[in-house]
Amino acid sequence: MEFLVKAIVFLPLIAALIAGFAGRAIGDRGAQWVTTLALIASAVLSWIVFFKVGFEGAGGTYRIATWIVSDTFDGAWSLRVDTLTAVMLIVVTTVSSMVHLYSIGYMAEDPSIPRFMAYLSLFTFAMLMLVTADNLVQLFFGWEGVGLASYLLIGFWYEKPSANAAAIKAFIVNRVGDFGFALGIFAVYLMTGSVQFDAIFKLAPELAKMHFTFLGAEVPALTTICLLLFVGACGKSAQLGLHTWLPDAMEGPTPVSALIHAATMVTAGVFMVARLSPLFELSPTALAVVTIVGASTAFFAATIGLTQWDIKRVVAYSTCSQLGYMFFACGVGAYSAGIFHLMTHAFFKALLFLGSGSVIHAMHHEQDMRHMGGLKNKIRQTHILMWIGTLSLAGIGIPFILGSGIGLAGFHSKDIILEAAYGAHSGVGFYAYWLGIAGAFMTAFYSCRLMFLTFYGKPHDHHHYEHAHESPAVMLIPLYVLALGAVVAGFVGYGIFVGEGWAGFWRGAIAAESTKEALHHAHEVPWLVKLLPLIAAVAGITLSWWFYVGSKSNLPKMMVNAFPPIYRLFYNKWYFDELYDFLFVRPSMWIGRQLWKKGDVGIIDGIGPNGLAAGASRMSGILSRAQSGYLYHYAFAMLIGVALLVTWYMLSRGR
Amino acid sequence: MSSWPILSLVIFLPLVGAVWILAVCRDDETGANNARHAALWTSLITFVVSLALWVKFDPKNAGFQFEEHLDWVPAYGISYHLGVDGISMFFVLLSTFLTPLCVLASWTAIQKRVREYMVAFLVLETLMVGMFCALDFVVFYLFFEGVLIPMFLIIGVWGGKDRVYAAFKFFLYTLAGSVLMLLAIIAIYWQVGSTDVVEAMNFKKLSFEWQFWLWLAFFASFAVKVPMWPVHTWLPDAHVQAPTAGSVILAGVLLKMGAYGFLRFSLPIMPLASEYFAPLVFGLSCIAVVYTSLVALVQEDMKKLIAYSSVAHMGFVTIGIFVVNMQGVQGAIFQMLSHGVVSAALFLCVGVVYDRLHTREIADYGGLASTMPKYALVFMVFTMASVGLPGLSGFVGEILVLVGAFKANTWVATIAATGLILGAAYALWLYRKVVFGTITRDAVRAMPDMSMREIAVFAPLILITIWMGIYPSSFLDVMDASVGKLVADYQAALKAAKATAMLGR
Repeated sequence: MEFLVKAIVFLPLIAALIAGFAGRAIGDRGAQWVTTLALIASAVLSWIVFFKVGFEGAGGTYRIATWIVSDTFDGAWSLRVDTLTAVMLIVVTTVSSMVHLYSIGYMAEDPSIPRFMAYLSLFTFAMLMLVTADNLVQLFFGWEGVGLASYLLIGFWYEKPSANAAAIKAFIVNRVGDFGFALGIFAVYLMTGSVQFDAIFKLAPELAKMHFTFLGAEVPALTTICLLLFVGACGKSAQLGLHTWLPDAMEGPTPVSALIHAATMVTAGVFMVARLSPLFELSPTALAVVTIVGASTAFFAATIGLTQWDIKRVVAYSTCSQLGYMFFACGVGAYSAGIFHLMTHAFFKALLFLGSGSVIHAMHHEQDMRHMGGLKNKIRQTHILMWIGTLSLAGIGIPFILGSGIGLAGFHSKDIILEAAYGAHSGVGFYAYWLGIAGAFMTAFYSCRLMFLTFYGKPHDHHHYEHAHESPAVMLIPLYVLALGAVVAGFVGYGIFVGEGWAGFWRGAIAAESTKEALHHAHEVPWLVKLLPLIAAVAGITLSWWFYVGSKSNLPKMMVNAFPPIYRLFYNKWYFDELYDFLFVRPSMWIGRQLWKKGDVGIIDGIGPNGLAAGASRMSGILSRAQSGYLYHYAFAMLIGVALLVTWYMLSRGR
Repeated sequence: MSSWPILSLVIFLPLVGAVWILAVCRDDETGANNARHAALWTSLITFVVSLALWVKFDPKNAGFQFEEHLDWVPAYGISYHLGVDGISMFFVLLSTFLTPLCVLASWTAIQKRVREYMVAFLVLETLMVGMFCALDFVVFYLFFEGVLIPMFLIIGVWGGKDRVYAAFKFFLYTLAGSVLMLLAIIAIYWQVGSTDVVEAMNFKKLSFEWQFWLWLAFFASFAVKVPMWPVHTWLPDAHVQAPTAGSVILAGVLLKMGAYGFLRFSLPIMPLASEYFAPLVFGLSCIAVVYTSLVALVQEDMKKLIAYSSVAHMGFVTIGIFVVNMQGVQGAIFQMLSHGVVSAALFLCVGVVYDRLHTREIADYGGLASTMPKYALVFMVFTMASVGLPGLSGFVGEILVLVGAFKANTWVATIAATGLILGAAYALWLYRKVVFGTITRDAVRAMPDMSMREIAVFAPLILITIWMGIYPSSFLDVMDASVGKLVADYQAALKAAKATAMLGR
């Protein structure tokens, strides 16, 4: 078991090093196959570990080496494997191996293939270190490691100014989140004397009763800690306020968007909340905040998704929105539902992104949907596969049969989240439920809008249309694999993740008490509550069809003209970028310039050295007209020093 | 105690090399070449010898090791007393590690007065190592002040076009502090009856009033060297004007002298005053972190940007020292070592492109990634180390300092932690403007990638940055005992003072 886990984690690292440093020696092909095969091996081993842990009760923590140790502060390199980790392992390695395979086709004409493959594998390694962390410091290592890979891959086409700007933005906005995360780690260590998960969890009940002074105020320890850590989660998972980097991250190559900015890295925040669920479950305040932030993001991001024209940005806002669902699932205590949606989402969202990539590939790197249209006859397989992803995202299924109903992956996971939110019977729970329903409606609308604009109607750009071609097999195979996941993952996983078998499957990897309660209530909600998400989705699809296919008149345009302020608000992403630019970016630069020119050069130098220098140079001019290097001044000062020493020597001898 | 005077050996080997160069190498082209080789070999041998310190160091022993004690002026307790503990040992190694790299980095960049240049560096090495080994105030003072002479020469003779202004500024700032420190040393002699550092540490009878004034006098000298805000403005000018290798030693070792002084003298000899003045240090350090980071954001000169970032990073160090707990102090020392390697490497990175294009203006570059991929990778590693990415050296020091600071004062930790965000902003901005983007100038397009000699300079720096980041225990374990003793003695002194105060009431 220990060897298996180490192989899963370190195979991608080794592959990254080989592709990165021996890329020239082994060539593009070599780099592609080394990394892809390593990832496939890692994925196969992950599934073995998943079955061993999930169904045979294996698992444990394997210490590799010490890392940062100072007194009782002990961040060790270790690999912790329990059910939560095992689920993440299969999600990460499966999607990653498919994305590696897909990249062989998608990036075929890129001049820096080994670099790209090395970055992808490096990312996977960092992500695996994140999900196997046994303490907060290693979690932080993985956290920032995936941030680095994300930065490198967003800016992969480094000659594009927009890609560079997006890369820096991603890193810095994430750093803002990490600032909270880091303070959370310090607070945990201050209060518990440890950063190791099990030790912290053991002390959680006492922690809930403690207070400490933070920034001059007496604050409850546990809630403060959870909220600080949650700031980190918001950064990585692009939640409201810290979401602005994710849409811009679409500047990166599409396989990157699928792997990092949809399926894996951005879900790290959800993983963190689930991993630390023994802490979060004891702080109702923190959970309420998680719920509100998650639900608000789910709604807010969906509104923007309605209006965007860039095919990838639509999917990006959808990701942002879906992450919101996962968060509010955790917020109402249904951690296993949140992770369930994380898994199904990984499949259908990676499918949608890679499908979009296939469209973009067919259109010769055109991403604006206004230039697409009518592609369904040109790229049939992509078209069908994209529909699977879209309907899974919209949550289509048949309720009430076979117990929990039967449907695509998103149907099962999204419904249980909404049911859990309703079942919480709290103010924030209802808030989440209703925003979630509204979000589900909008999700169905904009994802079908994407389909209709891209694949239906008349082609808007004949040149591109004529040259459109289906992607090669190496790109289509990953789509089929992910489509399989997007179809069956929900139905197959339901029983063990959130159904009857959840307790035996999770075995304490997530907070058991609140999960039990949340799932129990979720299954007890009235039938209309269960049906409403589906009704919202179907309504969204129908309306979308009517808008973009069915109606003879130009309904979208009429909508825009009917509500111009609302449209502008949505289209301009609620003006967050402008606001942050106004509040943070410009003032920082302005203050920096003032401090430099007025503070350093003006005041400090003016009073200090330059003022003195003016005086001193007059002095030295008087003392010696002769040309002298300033070394002599120094030697002179030394001499005074020696003279003082001698004087003192003499004086003390005379004593 | 070792039978071999290994510390003296490490201190004076470079001096022997310097004398040899002066005696043997002539003042012509061959002589210059001989001087280069002589300096390289001398510094390499010195480095290898200094490694013996690490190998033979006993990490369980918190006291001084490899001690050498020769009476110098016995009547006044002045002695040639050397020794290293877990705190100073790595600074000796840092000095001996960086010197050969400096020689190598100057191989072709320096063409005038090569002989004197190499001599200056070797003398500098002797003085730096001596400073970190000295356990007698007089010996310390001589080395501490002596260091500035070769540095002054290096800037003043081999520097850029405003070198005289920079050297003068450097001189003015350090002068004031030096005089006060000398007075303080004399005062300590009056009180303790010896100039021995260990005796002063064990004296423990300095009244608070004495500590108060002594602390301020030492502070005047050390704060300039760190440099702390607001006495930092000499640093950007000195860096900009200094030749590359000069910047490397300045950032790598000389900036550590002040912080080392706080650790060696202020905390153990003046604990009560250190406690009293800690808020002052925190205040200045927090200002340094935020202020200089913001200033770094708007710099147009590569070296100035890195110089300002150094001030910010040293702000972390002074915070860590004055919170006086295990994490804080270990973090501060580690941060100093890491900064010594990383900022040195960043200045070398600037040197690589400066040697090719002879400009440090950020706007003159751009797009280097396409023509200089090796350089892009090296620069990326050190940018990330400077940003504090976990897995590289910068992270370990920063996180330990902040953990320590959070224990002492959440305000300090929170304000300092904003440096994590601002640091990422200016470092990535610099990298983007220099390395990413498209090449617009033919001169930039013509720049060749790194040569074998340059790779030989950077390879050891990269290896040690990764090593320090992944397995910092190699370093933390060695300093554990000494730092533990420092912290314990400090707490004991505070406790004793408190007890006395209670009795007095």
